[in-house]
Amino acid sequence: MKRREFIQATGLTGLFLFFHGRAEAAPLVAPRPGDYPKDFNAYLRIGEDGRVGCFVGKVELGQGAMTALAMLVAEELELGLDQVDMLMGDTDLCPWDGGTGGSLSIWQFGPVLRGAAAEARAVLLAMAAERLQAPVGDLVMKGGLISVQGRPERKVSLGQLVQGKRIERHLQGVRPKPLAACTLIGKSAPRKDARVKVTGQAQFTADLRLPGTLHACVLRPPAHGLTLQSADTAAAERIPGVKVLRDGTLVAVLHAEPDEARRALEEVKADWTGTEPDVDSQSIFQHLVTKHTGLTEASRRGDLKAAEARSASVVEGEYRMAYVAHGQMEPHTSVAQWNDGRMTVWTSTQSPFRIRTQVAQTLKLAEREVRIITPFVGGGFGGKLVGPSALEAARLAKLVPGRPVQVAWGRPEDFFMDTFRPAAVMKIRSGLDKDGNVSFWDYQVFGISPNEAEFLYDFRASRYQSTGSPSGLHPLPTGAWRAPGSNTNTFGRECHVDRMATKAGIDPLSFRQRHATDQRLLRLLDQAAEKFGYLPAAGPSGHGVGLACGAWRGGLVATIAQVAVDKATGRIRVLRVVTALDVGLVVNPDGARQQVEGATTQGLGFSLTEEVQFKGGRVLDRNFDTYQLPRFSWLPSIEVVLVHNPDLAPQGIGEPAIVAIGPALANAVFDAVGVRLDQLPMTPARVLEALKGVAQSRTGVAG
Amino acid sequence: MPTTTVFTLNGQRVQSASDPTRMLAWVLRQELALTGTKVGCGEGLCGACTVLVDLEPTRSCVTPLEAVAGKAVVTIEGLAKGTTLNPMQQAFEDHHAFQCGFCTPGMILTACSLVQKNPGASRAQIIEHLDGNLCRCGAHVRILDAVEAAAKTTGGAL
Repeated sequence: MKRREFIQATGLTGLFLFFHGRAEAAPLVAPRPGDYPKDFNAYLRIGEDGRVGCFVGKVELGQGAMTALAMLVAEELELGLDQVDMLMGDTDLCPWDGGTGGSLSIWQFGPVLRGAAAEARAVLLAMAAERLQAPVGDLVMKGGLISVQGRPERKVSLGQLVQGKRIERHLQGVRPKPLAACTLIGKSAPRKDARVKVTGQAQFTADLRLPGTLHACVLRPPAHGLTLQSADTAAAERIPGVKVLRDGTLVAVLHAEPDEARRALEEVKADWTGTEPDVDSQSIFQHLVTKHTGLTEASRRGDLKAAEARSASVVEGEYRMAYVAHGQMEPHTSVAQWNDGRMTVWTSTQSPFRIRTQVAQTLKLAEREVRIITPFVGGGFGGKLVGPSALEAARLAKLVPGRPVQVAWGRPEDFFMDTFRPAAVMKIRSGLDKDGNVSFWDYQVFGISPNEAEFLYDFRASRYQSTGSPSGLHPLPTGAWRAPGSNTNTFGRECHVDRMATKAGIDPLSFRQRHATDQRLLRLLDQAAEKFGYLPAAGPSGHGVGLACGAWRGGLVATIAQVAVDKATGRIRVLRVVTALDVGLVVNPDGARQQVEGATTQGLGFSLTEEVQFKGGRVLDRNFDTYQLPRFSWLPSIEVVLVHNPDLAPQGIGEPAIVAIGPALANAVFDAVGVRLDQLPMTPARVLEALKGVAQSRTGVAG
Repeated sequence: MPTTTVFTLNGQRVQSASDPTRMLAWVLRQELALTGTKVGCGEGLCGACTVLVDLEPTRSCVTPLEAVAGKAVVTIEGLAKGTTLNPMQQAFEDHHAFQCGFCTPGMILTACSLVQKNPGASRAQIIEHLDGNLCRCGAHVRILDAVEAAAKTTGGAL
C-alpha cells in the first residue's frame, strides 16, 4: 500500500506515519486471535525519520486511550509524546485485541504494550552500543537519539539504527522503567486527538466520503419480535437514483445521497409477522421477577438461617433499574467495500477484531479476507461492542462489488437497535444484630448477573443469587453498558446498606466503616469524606448528603453527593458530587479526571431521567426530545480525588467512576426528605409519589 | 430549470446546486465536502450540526438551504486561520473540553456566537446558551471552563 492510501485508509488525517521499505508492508507480525503477540515489532515500528508508530487494536472513543497508550511507549523509548504516532483499530495493521471495553485498555493491555516498548528500548540500546563502541551503561537515550554520556557528538538516531526495518533481535525478561525514573507516566499529558477534534478534521466513519459511495437505509420492523413477511419497494425504486438491495430479510434502499435514501425508504411498504412481547416499561419489573428461569447461587458464606434467628431486626428492600440507552452522539455507522475478493469495513466499533470475525462468518469468508478499519469513534459506552451496522454494510457491499456502501443509522434507528442496559430488580433481605451490625445479607438480582453485587464489606453470613439474563427474558435487546451489572448491583447494595444504617441509627459513613476491613477501601472512604467535609449524621439529617461506594475492574470508588429536593415539583437538584477513586497507578492524571468528570455527569442521566419507554416490542423513545440526557444546567460542582497508590498497577478508570453515583444520589434524596427512592431514574413524578407516601406495589418494608 | 443558492461560506461566496429545500447539513457534508458539521440526531435536538448563520447558532440538520440564501455561514472549518486556531478552539484544546469530539464542532460554534455578542457572559449565561447542545461523554465542566477562559482572554474578539 502506498503511504497516501495508507493514511487515507486509517482515517487518521491528523497523524502522519512515515515508514519506508519493509515497514510499509503489513502486518509484520500476523495477529493471532485470542492472544497478544509477544514480538514487540507487532506494536512498534521506528521510521527512518525516527518517529515511532504504535499499532494497537484498541480504539479511541473519547476515553483518551490514544494518549495514555502513547505515553507508555514514549516513556520507555524516552521520546516526546508528539514523536509517537498512534494507529488504532485496523485489523490488517494492528495486533489482535479483544475490544475496547471493560476499562481494560490500561489495566490489561497497558502492561503488554509497555513491556513491548521496554524490550524495544533494551534492544535499541544494545544495537547502539555496538554501533557507538560503548557499553550500554554509558549510553543516554533521549528524544529519538542515543548518545554516549558526556560525548554528545557520538550519537545515533533511532531512525539510523533501525533504517525502517523490522528489528530481529529480542531480549528476554526486560523490565519497564521503575516509576521513580518515569518522566511521563503519572503526569498529565495533552491529548493527542485535541487538534483534529477542535478543528473538525477528525474523521469519523460517516466522514470518509469514498468516491462512488452508496448510502443505504435499512428497513426496520416497527417492533422487536417481528420479522419481515413481504416488502413492496416499487414506489421507492421509481425514485431516480434509488437502488433497492435485498439479502434475505435485509432490505435496504440505496442512493448516492444519504438524505435521498432516507426519504426513499419511507416509500417502502412492508408486512411484518410475529409476536411482540407482552410487556411494557411499567410491567417489566413484575415480568423480570416472575418470568425468569430460576435463580442461581453465585456465592454463599455462613449459615443464613441461624444468623437470621439471632438477628434483632430484619430489613427488606426492593430496588429497580430501568432500561437505559447508550445515547452516544455518533450513531452506529459503517462503510463497506467488496474489492478483489476482500471485504473492507470502516466502522464505529469498540471491537474491530470481533467485528472481523462476525463479518467473515456472515459472508462465509476467511478472516484474512476481511479488514476492519476504525476511524475516530464518537462515543461507545459498551454500545459499540456489537456492530450490526458493519454486518449490514458488508452484506450490502457484497451485492455491489467495488461500490462503497455506507450504513449510517438515524437517531430513531440507533434508539431502536440499541443494546440497552438491562432493566433489573434487586431484592435484599438482611438483618441487624443487637449492636447494629449486619448479621446476614441475602441478595437476589433479577434480569442481570450478580457482577460486583458482592463487595468488600465484611458480612458474616451472606448469599448472592441471580437469574442472569436468559434468552427471552428481556423483551428488548440488551448488552454491555459502562460497567455492566456493576452500576445496577451497586445501586441495590448501597441503597440497602444505607437503609440498614438508618435502622441502626448510625451515620452512613461509620456504618460502612464498621463493615470494612479492607485498608484500600477504608483509606478511600477517609479521603472522600475529608474532601467533602463530611459531617457524620444518622439519616435523614435534612442536609441532603448521600454516600455510596463500589468497585469495577479493580478500581474502587466512593461517591458523596449533596442534593436539594423541591417538594412542590419533585425535582432533584444535584449540588455537589465528590468522587474518589483508587485505581492504583494513574498513567495520565488529567485523562483520569476527564473520565471521572464524564462518568459523574453521565451518571446524572440514569439517576434522574433516563429510562427507555417501550410497549411490547416498540421502543417509544426515538430521539433526545423524550429521552433526556444530562445537560449543562444540571451540572453540580464535581470534585475528583485520585488516591495516591502508585504501588498498585494501573486499574480500570472509565467505568468504576460511574457505579456509585446512582445510589449516592438516592441516599442523598433520602437524607434530604426522609423518603427512599428505590427506583432509578428518580423522576419528579416518582419523587412526588414517594413524598405522598404512596407505596407502588412494594413488597419491602421501609427501613 | 435548476436553481442555485448563493451564500457566503467561511468568508467565500459559494453557489449550491442542491434543491433549496435540502437541509443545510447535507449540502455542507455532501456537496461542499465539509464534514466537520456532524449529524447526531437529524431533528435539531442535539446540536452537533450547529453552524453560524449571520453569527446566529443554527441547527443545520433542520435548516433548508434556501434559508441561508444571501447569508454568511460559518462552519468549524472556517474558524482557524491557517494553522492558527481561533481562540475558542484554542481554549477547547487547552482545557481538553471534549472527549469523543463528535459534539465539539457544534459546541465551539455555539460558544463563539455567545462570546461574540456578550464578551462578559457569566457562567450562568454560558450554561443557558449551551444548554441545548448535548455531550454524552460528560465534558461539560471543561467546556464551561474553556468558554469562560476564551471570553476572558479575547473580550469577544473571536
